[in-house]
Formats: sequence, structure tokens, C-alpha cells
Amino acid sequence: MSAPRTLFDKLWDSHVVAEREDGEALLWIDRHFVHEGSHHAFRAVAARNAGLAEPGLTFGVADHYVPTRGRPAIADAGIAGMVTQLSDNAARHGFRLFGLDDPAQGIVHVVGPEQGLTLPGLSVVCGDSHTSTHGAFGALAFGIGASEVAHVLMTQTLWQKKPKRMRIAVHGPLGPHVTAKDLALHVIATVGANGAHGHAVEYQGEAIRALSMESRLTLCNMSIEAGARSALIAPDDTTFAYLAGRPHAPSGADLNRAIALWRTLATDEGASFDREVEIDAAAIAPTVTFGTSPEDALPITARVPDAPALADALAYMGLAPGQRLVGIPVDRVFIGSCTNGRLEDLRAAAAVLRGRRAAVPGLVSPGSTLIKQAAEAEGLHTVFLDAGLEWADSGCSMCVGMNGDLIASGQRCASTTNRNFRGRQGQGARTHLMSPAMAAAAAIAGHLADVRDYPPLER
Amino acid sequence: MDRFTTLSAPAAPLALDNVDTDQIIPARFMKRSRAEGYGPVLLHDLRFDEAGAPRPDFVLNTARHAGAKVLVAGRNFGSGSSREAAVYALWDYGIRCVIAPSFGDIFASNAVKNGLLPARVSEEDAATLQAWLNSANDTQLQVDLESCTITAGGQTIPFSIDPVRRTQLLNGWDDIDLTRERAAAIASFRTARAQAEPWAMAPPAA
Repeated sequence: MSAPRTLFDKLWDSHVVAEREDGEALLWIDRHFVHEGSHHAFRAVAARNAGLAEPGLTFGVADHYVPTRGRPAIADAGIAGMVTQLSDNAARHGFRLFGLDDPAQGIVHVVGPEQGLTLPGLSVVCGDSHTSTHGAFGALAFGIGASEVAHVLMTQTLWQKKPKRMRIAVHGPLGPHVTAKDLALHVIATVGANGAHGHAVEYQGEAIRALSMESRLTLCNMSIEAGARSALIAPDDTTFAYLAGRPHAPSGADLNRAIALWRTLATDEGASFDREVEIDAAAIAPTVTFGTSPEDALPITARVPDAPALADALAYMGLAPGQRLVGIPVDRVFIGSCTNGRLEDLRAAAAVLRGRRAAVPGLVSPGSTLIKQAAEAEGLHTVFLDAGLEWADSGCSMCVGMNGDLIASGQRCASTTNRNFRGRQGQGARTHLMSPAMAAAAAIAGHLADVRDYPPLER
Repeated sequence: MDRFTTLSAPAAPLALDNVDTDQIIPARFMKRSRAEGYGPVLLHDLRFDEAGAPRPDFVLNTARHAGAKVLVAGRNFGSGSSREAAVYALWDYGIRCVIAPSFGDIFASNAVKNGLLPARVSEEDAATLQAWLNSANDTQLQVDLESCTITAGGQTIPFSIDPVRRTQLLNGWDDIDLTRERAAAIASFRTARAQAEPWAMAPPAA
């Protein structure tokens, strides 16, 4: 009998094309997502007069730089050039493009799952660090740089060193109003912003099994903020139910055959991990960040800590040690991104906002154009608009500060995104990360607030 | 790619943890083509104020450390976004080696593919080097990738790097040429994969 293997081991083993004496493995790539920011890699391909190894396994999405208002026009000539370049490359090399005018356009890490392109057992790469998102399906998914993008474009493979395996077990159920985002921030605060460096993380436990597919995507998305290039959740009935009927997912007898195989991917009894972390779900509260690293996260009921190492971060954030987190005034809110721009997220924010007015301006950008349609079909957009928030098109928007959606210097944003880095949302911008429901509560209060103090109003 | 063997060059201390790639190159500068050069925007918002004037107290703006080719940084340098432009910015400015207690994984990979050495040292050694760079008569470091050592003012400090990455830097190999030698193995893998998991070959949407 073969030795017990982890989910990660199984995924790795099934993609190894060749191994070198130095231990590097050549991995086959099943899905390669590119975006308009991948232009350096396409230039490398052109410099070699090379073609794409597998245009049928390459998928383009316009998301990082695209405007979220006034489309299809793109006011910024530089951005228009990048989007056109992506379209030109798609036409030249013959790969499927989810361009600005495509009804299924959206953020790459939302579109892949939504289209059924991301499946259990596959390897998925993209020139974007949040590619860890796709691991929520039990796929081997990780972000890569431009040189690696060029390598995949030309060979459909990638040389990689096998990372170590880390298990994060989340025991017991999450409390009311505690979401995957709160769990993710809690995990990052627990292990540190580079605590999972060099590891592929597998999430296990009762709280994980209970998460919806969308919540699992949120959790795996944030794993890179703990330093883990990839994260995994074993596929189960929640996964299979999500995939049924997706445009690019297998169907009929193929789907049954696939599910039978996918059920064998789970970590074997007795398989060992290089590192284990235990998390008590009951100890997690709605969580916000206060500093300039995602590891600077605390329950909303806490106070800004007093630690010399945080002095620079607190000066940037304009906060004082000992200050209560509840009550920190915000200038605006942002709801969206590959972390929290899915339908479930919009519903959670709308449930808090329904019948209430936001005290500060804010922007809501759905994770995909299809999600925008679905949200409008159930009237969520009117909740946001009635609250005084702006309802925009889909893209990376205010998460990344590349596309015109920016926070002004010195302004403070309650944001459902993934990074509170200095300047991430604009030069001098101050970002507090939180769940969509918490961002909605902050919008109503005009300051950081505990969502548990804002129960839904009677309809 | 460029080879890296030894380097004797001026260094600058950057005593900050978690210098993420958004700080190394803010996203708004990434529309530019490489031909324009990324050096002027390296660490832009730390180097320049909002009016675009150099911040006099930032280390690379001081007479002592301007034009450094080595940075000695804090832990988790290059974390965050996978943008290889962070490496382009360092490289185009003239940086050839970053010394830190730890690196973002994708950044370290990107660095090596462009010939830039990410050298890992202990937290104590990073602090020692930073203190030395602030106080010594000169700022010259010797970095030797063969022996994995850094010499500063007669003191030698060991550094670590993944052995595969070390070999890549020493040889300056091109990955794509190496991979193309495996074309037959890749082709047979593809055939087997299409049989074992046909859905992996992405049927077009119905």
C-alpha cells in the first residue's frame, strides 16, 4: 500500500512532467489566466518570435486597469492601450478573451470559478498573487511573475520547487456575523504576514466544511497575505453543487466520472504535514485591520495596540495606541474585489444597508458583470443606491489603484479588499480591511463599527 | 538572463519590515513600458513626497547612500503583489542584491529570473549590517554567491538562498531553452492527461 498523501501531494504528483536532479519539478499547467497587466510576458514571447503552446488552455480577462464607470470608453490612453494590446494578443494567438465588452467579463479570480474553468484537480496559474483563490476547489493554484507567465505561454509548463505542507484546522463553527473574511484576517494575524512562507496551506475542520463555495474562495484568496503562494480546500458536495451547470465545467456522464475522481483527492487518513496550526472558530470576532500589513488585525471590540514596532504604521494610519477601533472615523467605503465581490458578499452588505443611509460616500463594484446582473435582478443595486453608495461596473477597481478608483491622500477607507499596504489604494490612502457586512456597518456609522450593532431592519 | 557571481558595491540600509511590492513600485506607474525605465519610480512614495520632491530623510536620497547597488532590508521584503515590475524598478535603479531576513516568495522567484540576488540573513545579521551601514567609514559590501557570504568592514556574514536559485544565478541559464529540451516528455504527458482527465483540456463552452 502506498504511503498516505495529502491533497497537495496528490495534486502535485499528478502534474509532474519531469524532475531534475536538483529537486525542481516541471509541472503541467491546466489553466493559464492572463490579464492586461501581462504585457511584459507577451513582449517576451514576441521577442522570441514564439507562439503559444496551448491557446486552448489560455484565458484572458480585462480586469486590473479597466475603468468601472463610463464604459466602454477608456479615458486614460495608457490603459486603453493595454486593454487593446490584450485583445490583439488574444486575436493573434487565438485564446478566449473575456474582454471589456464580454457579458462574462469580471475579475479573473471571480470569472474562472464562475465559468467552471477552475475545477478540482487542475493546476491553475496567473500573473497575479491572488491566484491562491482557485485552491478553494481543490486545485493547485498559485500566482506567478511575468517571466513565469512567459514560460507558461510558450511551454504550458513551469519549473517549481515543491513547497512544504501546512494544515490549518479550524475547529467548531464560526459565530454569528463572523465570515470567511474575519477568519482569514484572524489566521493572518495568528501566523503572521510571512508565517506560511514556503508552504502550501490546506484548510480543514468543521468551520471550513460549513463554508459556502464563495466563502471558501475568500479564505483561499487571502492566504497569500500570510505568505502562502497556494491554499487548498478539499472538494466536497458544496464544490460539486457549485460546478454543476457552469459553462466550461464537465456535464452529464463526464461530470459523474469527474466527481468520482475528485472525491479521491482529499487528504488521506494519517498523511503528515510539515506544520500544523489549530484555530478555535469560537474565538473569532468580526475583525478589522488597523495597520499597514494584513497581519495587523484585531477584533472590532479591541483597541489599537501599543507596540514600538507599530509606531511607523500607526503614524501612517493616523492612529494612536490605546484608541478604540470602534469609532475611528472613515471617509469612504469600498465593497468589491476578488476577495469580497461575489453575490454572497453583496447580499451580506445589502442586508445591513437595507433601509439605512450611508453617512459617507462609497463605491460598490461587483466581482463580475454576471454578478452585477444577478445582483440587479434581486434588487441589491437599489439598496446600495438608496443608501447613497455608487453602483459601478466590474473590475479590480479600488483594490489596486491602477484604474482611476482611488482614495485621496490622508483619507480613510473601510474596504473589503485584501491589502492595507501603504499607498495600495492611492498615495497616502489609509485602508482598513474587513468583511462586506462590516464595511456596510462602517458606511452607516461613518466610523469603524461592529456589525452586530446593526441588525437588519424589518422590510 | 544575467549571471551573478560576486559583487562589490555600495549598500544602503532600509530598516523597514514588510516592504511590499506596492511600495517598491506603486501600481499607477506600471502602465509604462520597460524601455522607459523603471528606476525613477523605485520606492516612489517613500522617496518622493506628494508634490514629487525628494524626501530628504529617505535613505536613497542621502548623499551617503544615493546610488546604492545593495539594499539591506527588514523581514518579508517584496511581499504582496506578484508584479515583476518591482524587480525591474530595483534593477533599473541599479540594485543587484537585496539582503533581508525573509522575502515574498513570488518576488524572490522573479528576482532570480532577472539576475538579482535575494540573500537571506538572520534578523540579527540584518540589524548588524544596517547599523554598520549607518556608522562605518564606507558603505561598501562584498557579496560572494559561490561561498554565500557577505563581507562588510572585515566582518563576514553568511547568507542563504535556495540551492536551485543559487545555481540559476551562477549559470545565468534560460529556463525556456532548458524546458524545450523536454518537449517529448511534455507531449506524452499531455496525451496521458487528456485521457485521464479529459475535462482538464477545457472543452469550449456549450
